[in-house]
Amino acid sequence: MTRMGFFTDTSVCIGCKACEVACKEWNLLPDDPPPDLLGMSYDNTGALGASTWRHVAFIEKPAPVELGMPAMGDTGGGTDEPGVQWLMSSDVCKHCTHAACLDVCPTGALFRTEFDTVVVQQDVCNGCGYCVPACPYGVIEKREDDGRAFKCTLCYDRLGSGLQPACATACPTDSIQYGELDELRERAAARVATLHDEGVAQARLYGHDPADGVGGDGAFFLLLDEPEVYGLPPDPVVTTRDLPGMWRTAAKAAVGVVAAVALAFVGGRR
Amino acid sequence: MVERAEFQSYYGRPILKEPAWRQPDVPLYLFLGGTAGACATLGALAEPTGRPALARSTRLVAAGAAGASVLALVHDLGRPSRFLNMLRVFKPTSPLSVGSWILAPFSGLTAVTAALEVTGRLPRIRKLTGAAAGVLGPAMCTYTAVLLSDTATPAWHEARHDLPVLFAGSALASGAGAALLATPPAQAGPARRIGLAGAAAELVAERRLEQRLGVVSETYRTGRPGRLLRAARVLTAAGAGLSLAGRRNRLVSAAAGTAYLAAGLCTRFGVYGAGVASARDPRYVVIPQKACQQARPPV
Repeated sequence: MTRMGFFTDTSVCIGCKACEVACKEWNLLPDDPPPDLLGMSYDNTGALGASTWRHVAFIEKPAPVELGMPAMGDTGGGTDEPGVQWLMSSDVCKHCTHAACLDVCPTGALFRTEFDTVVVQQDVCNGCGYCVPACPYGVIEKREDDGRAFKCTLCYDRLGSGLQPACATACPTDSIQYGELDELRERAAARVATLHDEGVAQARLYGHDPADGVGGDGAFFLLLDEPEVYGLPPDPVVTTRDLPGMWRTAAKAAVGVVAAVALAFVGGRR
Repeated sequence: MVERAEFQSYYGRPILKEPAWRQPDVPLYLFLGGTAGACATLGALAEPTGRPALARSTRLVAAGAAGASVLALVHDLGRPSRFLNMLRVFKPTSPLSVGSWILAPFSGLTAVTAALEVTGRLPRIRKLTGAAAGVLGPAMCTYTAVLLSDTATPAWHEARHDLPVLFAGSALASGAGAALLATPPAQAGPARRIGLAGAAAELVAERRLEQRLGVVSETYRTGRPGRLLRAARVLTAAGAGLSLAGRRNRLVSAAAGTAYLAAGLCTRFGVYGAGVASARDPRYVVIPQKACQQARPPV
């Protein structure tokens, strides 16, 4: 099978949260903890989690208005008041090429599907929670009342029936595009080139590069600012890349323990 | 005083999820597993070198601590009834899978050895199971360092070169502590010596964590983890000093053992807490990753 994935083009996201809602509906995700006003622009969801598999981030910035970005405010009345520019981005599990959650799962509950996506088998997960700190994006999480770990399945059940994931289906602006990853990468490169031509110099791709620390993401993004502004790690690395070295260091330390104990018995009469 | 580095974030919110493990379960597990490992190896050598009291006390401690550590791990699962799923597969890419395959035989062997030690039956089987547990003991001491380091948690992953030494040292000192507490000084010589070796390794490795991990080292120096690790240092030094002073005095020797054990607890809870603190604050993700990016030549 060809690898399927998401290209999320944040330059056309209008922050409608249809993806969040569609995801909740289709996947029967339970309520998040009691809703709260977070004071983070229009974002009261906060972050991805066990019951939030799409999360729309809102960043309000003083606007250089001529960018043609969604903007609001009195900028034409002769005052020097800056307008407002929003950065909006729908975040999701990255379905990494080298997925740390999958690597560290001791039960085999996390597996790679025929679409090259990463999914938790809920009937196998025993809630050990190791995948949670392993994820370099802070995506997968344990549901406290349930005990098991949950994250985006890239709508594994829909893909099998030839449907698109719920979020991509619901997105009204094609900010969320689903398709064959190779084709999405070409489309994304073309889109960045167009934006650069139009003077949007800050447009850049994130997670598209197979040479990055996670081998490239199955779900990648076009961003209009630094990744950390959106709550994304700037240079994530799959932790298991360093695992062979860690085992070697631990083995040496274990030999040190043997040596210390053995010497302690040789080293004195009592 | 270095100025705090500037960085951008999404409303200061964490990028990573905090470790999903519970406290005290997992830090306690690290402590118990290390103590059990060191004691099992001590016990395996104590019997053939004619120290029956040391063999007995360390084997009982190894079995008790290993059993308790299994309980702590199972209790920490979101679905404890599925704990056997841990042995469904063997995955070298998962330190928890490897650890389960070390812990399962280790806890079984220490339990059988202790039972035979108490009943005095089947001495040849006892020697065999005791020796096998002793071989697995060092792995129990250090695999938990890989368990923590093999995460995206900055304080643990960045510490991957030092944590195994720290955990080996802490396990030796804690194992020595248990042995000093439960063994007459006349037979506790080896325990005193591994205590000193462990204390030295621990102090050196802890120093490196606090100094050499760049901005992430802050998490080992400040807040509750910083206080715990400072307490650990004082207690470790006290344990080492008292163990030398208590060569003929059971009470002083027991005080040394208590100090070592308390130091072990402080170290494990301190390291665990530093990991949680480093996941909570995006600065420990953004600043090191930006530095990595800038260090690479542009493509």
